[in-house]
Amino acid sequence: MENKQTPLGYVSFSVFAWIVGLLIFFPIFWMVLTSFKTELEAVSIPPSFISFDWTLENYVEVQERSNYFKFAMNSVILAVGSTLVGLVFAVTCAWAMAFNPTKRTKDALLWMLSTKMMPPVGVLVPIYLLFRDWGLLDTRFGLIMVLFLMNLPIMVWMLYTYFKEIPTDILEAARMDGATLPKEIIFVLLPMAVPGIASTMLLNIILAWNEAFWTLNLTTSDAAPLTAFIASYSSPEGLFWAKLSAASTLAVAPILVIGWFSQKQLVRGLTFGAVK
Amino acid sequence: MGAIRLEKVKKTFGTLDVIPGVDLDINDGEFVVFVGPSGCGKSTLLRLIAGLEDVTDGKILINGTDVANEAPAKRGLSMVFQSYALYPHMTVYNNIAFGLKMAGESKEVIEEKVQSAAKILNLTDYLERRPSALSGGQRQRVAIGRAIVRNPAAFLFDEPLSNLDAALRVNMRLEITGLHQELKTTMIYVTHDQVEAMTMADKIVVLQAGRVEQVGKPMELYNNPANKFVAGFIGSPKMNFLGGELAQKRDCHEIGIRPEHIAVSTESGEIPATVKIAEHLGAETYLHVEADGLGPMTVRATGEIPLGEHDKIFLTPEQDRIHRFDAHGLALGNS
Ligand SMILES: Nc1ncnc2c1ncn2[C@@H]1O[C@H](COP(=O)(O)OP(=O)(O)OP(=O)(O)O)[C@@H](O)[C@H]1O
Ligand SMILES: [Mg+2]
Repeated sequence: MENKQTPLGYVSFSVFAWIVGLLIFFPIFWMVLTSFKTELEAVSIPPSFISFDWTLENYVEVQERSNYFKFAMNSVILAVGSTLVGLVFAVTCAWAMAFNPTKRTKDALLWMLSTKMMPPVGVLVPIYLLFRDWGLLDTRFGLIMVLFLMNLPIMVWMLYTYFKEIPTDILEAARMDGATLPKEIIFVLLPMAVPGIASTMLLNIILAWNEAFWTLNLTTSDAAPLTAFIASYSSPEGLFWAKLSAASTLAVAPILVIGWFSQKQLVRGLTFGAVK
Repeated sequence: MGAIRLEKVKKTFGTLDVIPGVDLDINDGEFVVFVGPSGCGKSTLLRLIAGLEDVTDGKILINGTDVANEAPAKRGLSMVFQSYALYPHMTVYNNIAFGLKMAGESKEVIEEKVQSAAKILNLTDYLERRPSALSGGQRQRVAIGRAIVRNPAAFLFDEPLSNLDAALRVNMRLEITGLHQELKTTMIYVTHDQVEAMTMADKIVVLQAGRVEQVGKPMELYNNPANKFVAGFIGSPKMNFLGGELAQKRDCHEIGIRPEHIAVSTESGEIPATVKIAEHLGAETYLHVEADGLGPMTVRATGEIPLGEHDKIFLTPEQDRIHRFDAHGLALGNS
């Protein structure tokens, strides 16, 4: 590809991109830094950058005070569980929309996506009451259902964009070859859509992992994931920045690592329909 | 065994009446070609037979049983798509084996059938490759291989050669004809190329706007087209249509005369004309001429004819090769 940009334009773009990148990254950097400070240094003004006494005591204390692995386990179960359930529904839904479109398919897609624009707090009370009546409060199953429904529109949308790129002929060939619908999807469609499915799953795991509204409102202890773990350090005992930072660092570390290693896949997946 | 019969088959897309009602008989072992201009419903008709589209109305009988409401797989037909539609994530072997696997055949049977199909189609050396590592012609052969292993009642081809270059197309045309002679299975072949139709078909079905214009052997259509549309569609270069005095003299609205049935003379003849363009191909010469008072005509003369632009010539149609048409374009019996 020919690069028509002038060196000056190129440099200023790079500088700008770096500034934006650093701005976004700074809070996470600061959080990690703070987690290694003592509580006193954490709130000192002016803040100290590198020249402080590095300590691991926050991590030790956080580990002693609460069971990190229980929360982490719940986060994994909720994120992976809601993604797998979502995949079953999203694949079938996107298959129908991409390969058997009707006049209103586009509208239906937009409508599904528009539900994401509604503030979740608007349905908090009804959902809370339903959960209470059905005994779903603080259960993993209930949370998986909520997270799966919450992210379903995005999964359908992403898979739809991917499936659209797959020639219908190939699915018809499978049909002529005697494949039943489930076999057509499992042996032909899914293998061809692996990159799209992988990025959809990744994004969904990240979204579910980071989701804090429903997880905080609908859990107390049994099903509480890492978001609740962080929250437990922010309220009752006043503000302990260093310990809060340590807890947060522990909570975001796994997903950051996953995100880092899969960033190529993610970017490709998210920009799929757009570029190409 | 694969005799196929269409009874009043209708297809509409919303309000668009694509196939208003087709009746057709295809005998077991026949090579039938659907031809017609783009958008006339050839693919739709084929897909109706395949079961990839649902009929709006009518019956599709395969060996006497109505399959109009059966799933494609139940009909026992194989299809070769214009785009080849190979499974990109599978090797050639697995592409060919897929249908057999779906049918629950044993490993040994699959191995044997795939190997024998590969042998027929010269694919033995490519079985472990992915389709992306094959040439267009090889991909086409894989698509055919995938169709033949299932031992179908009939093969359906939708413009299988239109993505290939001219030389390869001639080759594959011969291969498919050879395959038909070997397998003796019913084949339905869609094309808009009338040369393919003429050379391959036992029976040609000419379609226009979803209607069957004429069904017949290639030479029947060539010699006795039922109407102006078929007359103009079959044969290349196209038949010349002339009205006016020449037609009145023969008691009809218009006459048609094929370019190869016109004698050329520089001295005398029925129609005086002026050469506009002469195309010299060596074995034959195409003359695009302006006939006095009649308009443009095409003449196809055998051998090399030393004529060029502005030359005055005389044309004489072979009298028993003249086709007569009435005002509706229907053919009148030879006079
Ligand atoms: N799914 C569909 N929905 C609406 N209209 C359709 C659909 N499929 C085909 N058509 C219309 O039906 C008509 C016939 O289409 P078809 O594909 O059968 O033509 P064809 O003879 O195969 O043409 P070509 O030689 O270009 O392949 C066209 O006018 C087309 O626009
Ligand atoms: Mg077509």
